[in-house]
Amino acid sequence: MPLVEMTDLVKHFPVNEGTLLKRTVGQVHAVDGVSLTLRQGETLGLVGETGCGKSTLARCLAGLHPVTSGRIVFAGRDITNLSRKAMRPVRREVQMIFQDPYGSLNPRRRVGSIIADPLVIHKIPGDRRKAVQDLMERVGLNPEHYNRFPAEFSGGQRQRIGVARALALRPKLIICDEPVSALDVSIQAQILNLLKDLQDEFGLTYLFIAHDLQVVRHVSDRIAVMYLGKIAELAPDLYEHPLHPYTNALLSATAVADPDARRRRIILRGDVPSPIAPPSGCRFHPRCPKARELCAQQEPRLEGNSHQFSCHFPVRPGGSL
Amino acid sequence: MTITELRVPAAQVTGRSPWQLAWGRLRTDRVALASAIVIVVLVTLAVCAPLIAAWNGHGPDDQFRDTGITPEGLPVPPGGEFWFGTDRLGRDLFIRVLFGARVSLLVGVVATGMASIVGVVIGLLAGFYGGVVDVILSRLIDVVLSFPYLIFAIAAVSIVGPSLAATVFVIAFYSWAAIARIVRGQTLSIKEREYVEAARSLGASDGRIMFIDILPNLLAPVIVLVTLLIPAAIVFESTLSYLGLGITPPTPSWGNLLSEAQGFYRVAWWYLTLPALTLLLTTLAFNLLGDGIRDAIDPRTERIFSRRRKKK
Repeated sequence: MPLVEMTDLVKHFPVNEGTLLKRTVGQVHAVDGVSLTLRQGETLGLVGETGCGKSTLARCLAGLHPVTSGRIVFAGRDITNLSRKAMRPVRREVQMIFQDPYGSLNPRRRVGSIIADPLVIHKIPGDRRKAVQDLMERVGLNPEHYNRFPAEFSGGQRQRIGVARALALRPKLIICDEPVSALDVSIQAQILNLLKDLQDEFGLTYLFIAHDLQVVRHVSDRIAVMYLGKIAELAPDLYEHPLHPYTNALLSATAVADPDARRRRIILRGDVPSPIAPPSGCRFHPRCPKARELCAQQEPRLEGNSHQFSCHFPVRPGGSL
Repeated sequence: MTITELRVPAAQVTGRSPWQLAWGRLRTDRVALASAIVIVVLVTLAVCAPLIAAWNGHGPDDQFRDTGITPEGLPVPPGGEFWFGTDRLGRDLFIRVLFGARVSLLVGVVATGMASIVGVVIGLLAGFYGGVVDVILSRLIDVVLSFPYLIFAIAAVSIVGPSLAATVFVIAFYSWAAIARIVRGQTLSIKEREYVEAARSLGASDGRIMFIDILPNLLAPVIVLVTLLIPAAIVFESTLSYLGLGITPPTPSWGNLLSEAQGFYRVAWWYLTLPALTLLLTTLAFNLLGDGIRDAIDPRTERIFSRRRKKK
């Protein structure tokens, strides 16, 4: 049984106009029909450009946004739009690590009380200070620093504090929303390795969101590519055999640590269309070098078993755009 | 490099809270420090007023017809026995200024305290919940701020009659809206921070988010505003008392002392000047301290005529 099963998940945000009497003039199609499963103990990487809906998807899963339609099943239980009270036990199992190590820790509270927050909110009995110091030790912080303020830590250390907070309730799933993109490259590896160690130790499942393809490749068992609110492609060996033209374009844009390497960059035309009025048919067709008439008319379905993709004219292995 | 190598013994680095850092900056601000001393001295004198009155034997309402009034029937100028001189009835003006300070400071602090509690709660609710709650509460704030306050105060006091409680309520009624507006604005911005989202994802209740996560981040602007509202409340109280709508004689307050002295400024300069100077010194001290606290809490702001800037 998969740990998480999302079916046709849709999240639209209303666009309002007017100051006093608001009326809805449109919908931002942030997430527009995403089906995704997370297996117990795996790391699912989720990549995509800014604004493609990956963070919204994560926040829907964490119960921070109500869902417009679709279903989320967590450990066999339907958790779609649960009431606050019914959601509480689920929140113990699903934790989140945030992108900004500066913004996600309250500057006016001591680190010990920040890490103890989950224990206090969920009324976990026992010696909280001991529990907090154990957590700090586990994530590589000096437990004696529990009385300090977030401002006294470096970016990497702050992200360790965020990891400790997420770990406090021993959750099953941790949603990592761009956990390393705000950190220096040298620190990124430390945090990624910490996450990996914790996964082995506690049997965690990660939904790992990033826009850095190399980071995702390093940590993920399977990788999903999102474009304008939809999954474009999902595969364990995405980097070796990209089928979707968008994935090909993305991969061609990653930097390679070899100055002599010759590579062809695929430059996409135009900008990402507005999610308020997404294009007809395949969402990628206005920018796709392979687009034909069919692409503008009919929306491709996400097909395949272990390697899923949604494209009428996928790039065949060995072929080019 | 392993993590253990990065560790520094805890004894070497002492954790300093944002408040400790602010205190460190405030301590180097000589103007703010002098203001704080003035306020402390004044509060001490006001608190000890009955003791001082007992010590020199001049009660606030005692009339010294022999020594406190000249043969022509005029007040006595400042001297060894009456430090601030006497008033038209031969009462010790210094003692009356001190007893007036008790009333004025009490009204200022109590009214501002009530206003800040109401203002913080209303501002937090409006900013946090938004939507209809915000529309209703924000319009309420607008209405209160757009009242012509003196006319309202005169009307209100003429209905319930002048008293200490009425004065406090009238002043508090005016002050809360300014605090609520600031708190609402700050709450709007703070509730979008990731740490609020983090608290929410942990399942924290609205009350917990408002009072544990948001409120500590609001304290700095509120403290600054309060130190600036206290002198405003003191002046407001004096205005009301001067007009006979606040504290009524014989209880002395700075406002009614000034009111009594009006007819005597040509023959007894001290009668009007000394209470007025005390009022000026007090409000000035509170305002300068407020500026100092603002600078200390938020080091980005800099006063235009800052001494520190000149040094550079």
